[in-house]
Amino acid sequence: MSGKPRLTYLNGRGRMEPVRWLLAAAGVEFEEVYLETKEQYDKLIKDGFLLFQQVPLVEIDGMKMVQTRAILSYIAGKYNLYGKDLKERALIDMYVEGIADLMQMILMFPFSPPDAKDKNLDSIKERATNRYFPVFEKVLKQHGQDFLVGNKFSWADVQLMEAILAVEEKIPAVLSGFPQLQVFKTKMSNMPTIKKFLQPGSPRKPPPDAHYVETVLKVFKK
Amino acid sequence: MSGKPKLYYFDGRGKMESIRWLLAAAGVEFEEEFLETREQYEKLLQGGSLLFQQVPMVEIDGMKMVQTRAILSYIAAKYNLYGKDLKERALIDMYVGGTDDLMGFILMFPFLSAEDKEKQRAFIVQKATSRYFPVYEKVLKDHGQDFLVGNNFSWADVHLLEAILMVEEKKSDVLSGFPQLQAFKARISSIPTIKKFLEPGSQRKPVPDDKYVETVRKVLRMYYDLKAN
Repeated sequence: MSGKPRLTYLNGRGRMEPVRWLLAAAGVEFEEVYLETKEQYDKLIKDGFLLFQQVPLVEIDGMKMVQTRAILSYIAGKYNLYGKDLKERALIDMYVEGIADLMQMILMFPFSPPDAKDKNLDSIKERATNRYFPVFEKVLKQHGQDFLVGNKFSWADVQLMEAILAVEEKIPAVLSGFPQLQVFKTKMSNMPTIKKFLQPGSPRKPPPDAHYVETVLKVFKK
Repeated sequence: MSGKPKLYYFDGRGKMESIRWLLAAAGVEFEEEFLETREQYEKLLQGGSLLFQQVPMVEIDGMKMVQTRAILSYIAAKYNLYGKDLKERALIDMYVGGTDDLMGFILMFPFLSAEDKEKQRAFIVQKATSRYFPVYEKVLKDHGQDFLVGNNFSWADVHLLEAILMVEEKKSDVLSGFPQLQAFKARISSIPTIKKFLEPGSQRKPVPDDKYVETVRKVLRMYYDLKAN
């Protein structure tokens, strides 16, 4: 019951990647089960593992947790990455929700039709550079601290770091107008747990490729 | 600074409705400013009130909160509607995640083309009756308690009632296979704060109409149709 958390998802980023990031950042080891066939997925549903018939699923502390946000909030709460009081939690929640909106665009990108890809890439760039990154640039500039909230490492920092790297994979120079974020990225990269997660051989998953897209479509086929 | 919360949104349900429900359920009076013109929205933007340039925005306890989930979590915790510990919070978060997904299908409904609306209505009912309602029916049946989590009124109960009523607006007999949910609906509706919210004259908003859709499109300059699920 108090073994390592066990993650069930496809062998790829998708909606599970923020969970991998957060557990890793908290220094928590975890196991993974990869969905490769529709039959595996149907069996999980039939056996009653998936509350709403969906993954991500994280077995943790005797619970079969679903719903990405619920899972992330639980991990953040458990490992003291959720601020020191209600107001800090409110800030962290606002920041992670904003970042999640940006990450949603990246999540959906591999599944967009070929003729829409350029437009979607432009949208990601536009949103990152005009809506989301300026907010965090300003937050860091205004308080001059290393971390986004309460001068302490939190879920918000992990989420922002993940987003920065994900956007950079699509738009390499995207941080060029954001000096604070450049410094932030370097600092985060040097934190021991994150540094370890960024090394080859970690549970971090590579960017989605054609095989991943194919597997998603196959496993979740109606 | 410690006046009533103030809600900034359109004069309609949208993403703000769950917040109205939760404040009302908690017995908290609130004020509203309705966005009616593009100019009002741009003024809010230029004033720096909207962290990610979006509404909902709620002024509460000296903060200008945005992001619906963040706002709801804050209200739930502040008014003790978030369970007694981390595990109860986890359950509430999971349940609310489900009802949120379900209400999300309904949220986009007014912005669909006419033909997509019919498709979406069927989709909403199908998901409600095969994926979401059975979960809550079973939860209530298994523990036999009045409330979803920890034998205590919580955000999860408010959110589920809101979802039930919204789906019923699309298909009035949708609860016919769910006796626990029927009893739940009657029970939660009779809680004094909720009963008050369900009465005419409350701040609860009606089913979105053409005027609402027009206003949203105009203010956000969102002139395309959304795609059905």
